Amino acid sequence: MSAPEPDSAVSAAPVESGSRTLLVTLVLCLVCSVVVAGAAVLLRPIQETNQKADLIRNVIAVSGLLKEGLTEEQALKRIEARMVELATGDEVTGIDPDTFNIVKAGKDPENSTELTRREDMAGIRREPRYLPVYRIVGANGELKRLILPVYGYGLWSTMYGFLALEEDLRTVQGLRFYQHAETPGLGGEVDNPKWRAQWTGKVLFDENWKVQVEITKVAIDSSTPDAQHQVDALAGATITSRGVENLLKFWLSDKGYGPYLSRLRHERS
Amino acid sequence: MSYPHKKIILDPIVDNNPVILQVLGICSALAVTSKLSTTITMCIALTVVTACSNAAISLVRNHTPSSIRIIVQMTIISSLVIVTDQFIKAYAFTISKDLSVFVGLIITNCIVMGRAEAYAMKHPPLPSFLDGLGNGLGYSALLLVVGIIRELLGSGSLFGYPILPLDRDGGWYVPNGLLLLPPSAFFLIGVIIWVVRSWKPAQVEQPEYKIYHAPRPEVAS
Repeated sequence: MSAPEPDSAVSAAPVESGSRTLLVTLVLCLVCSVVVAGAAVLLRPIQETNQKADLIRNVIAVSGLLKEGLTEEQALKRIEARMVELATGDEVTGIDPDTFNIVKAGKDPENSTELTRREDMAGIRREPRYLPVYRIVGANGELKRLILPVYGYGLWSTMYGFLALEEDLRTVQGLRFYQHAETPGLGGEVDNPKWRAQWTGKVLFDENWKVQVEITKVAIDSSTPDAQHQVDALAGATITSRGVENLLKFWLSDKGYGPYLSRLRHERS
Repeated sequence: MSYPHKKIILDPIVDNNPVILQVLGICSALAVTSKLSTTITMCIALTVVTACSNAAISLVRNHTPSSIRIIVQMTIISSLVIVTDQFIKAYAFTISKDLSVFVGLIITNCIVMGRAEAYAMKHPPLPSFLDGLGNGLGYSALLLVVGIIRELLGSGSLFGYPILPLDRDGGWYVPNGLLLLPPSAFFLIGVIIWVVRSWKPAQVEQPEYKIYHAPRPEVAS
């Protein structure tokens, strides 16, 4: 044991007395709260930049622009973020899409509506009123690609991802999940690059703009016309695969981005 | 009293390993070892927290009334963990997403509290700091071994770089999916404890009691 240090430096009362206990508690709380608050406040700007950068990186990754040989910075310049009111399909201003939190928005009772059991195909319980969309525009400002945030329940977790649509608004450029907690090696393979690559070029709507997409366990016969709507399911992950199919159906329906997509189609024709 | 600094640091790595000998800190060892990048971050975080909390607790040990000492230790440890967590979120964002709540749960890691109560409350700051460092390294050593085995055989890669060509990418290695799930870490830690105790029989605990074989009572027929 080391020798006790002189007490008088801190307080005249003996260490075990009540007043001394209170003093130690007070000083300790003060020091600790300053340290914790200091770290949180000083590091917050860096953390927020990280969060934004992470989201944008996922948008860029799904956009397919990197495959065309653009750097991340060049790609970023071609992406325009907009906020959309889902029910009307109108673009709205006044909300910053860069700091918009998709996870929180789906839980916020003021800015979301409850879904009935029948409507809630994606298993998300509440539907946010606004969501950001990312438009990739060409040289004359025309829409080249559209990137939509999508999410829905798999086996264990809500899977958050982005769906990138081609100019025709029915062909998939890419589908990518950036946050999920599915079983590693089984459902977790939703972020496997090989499985993701299957989605590129698939068509999500039929001629009458009815959603048509199927994740199938049967071998896809590429000679049939339905093959363009079909994607091979993940092995050993029936429920996760079904979750992906359901969330696509939900977000492309009238409850999801349907009004916005039809507005874009009308604007163009 | 003099302190053999080298011994304080090296002892907890093999001879007195907090996980292998004392079987502490198992839950985080299961959760973060499926990938090496998360394993290393967790090891650094825990080592930093254990070392710094030991030093801080040792500094105030003579001013801490014994009636509130556990709360004092807890407060210091929690503050350090929160600060560490904030740093990881700021400077290693992708890894912090994988670690999710586990950095925060260092607060409840038995190794940190155990060292504070068993060592830092009785020794000066420098040896306490080194003791925390040593115990953090001991924890790290085990986690790294488990992490290497799990990532190499579970996903065929190390730090995300492919080492064994996987069958689904046209290679020969069929990954063992069990190793990606938490229970596999239990089996691995069990095997490691067994190996270490066969190598150093001094670590084998004496049985605390013996099961008494009661003679079967005669049953009247």
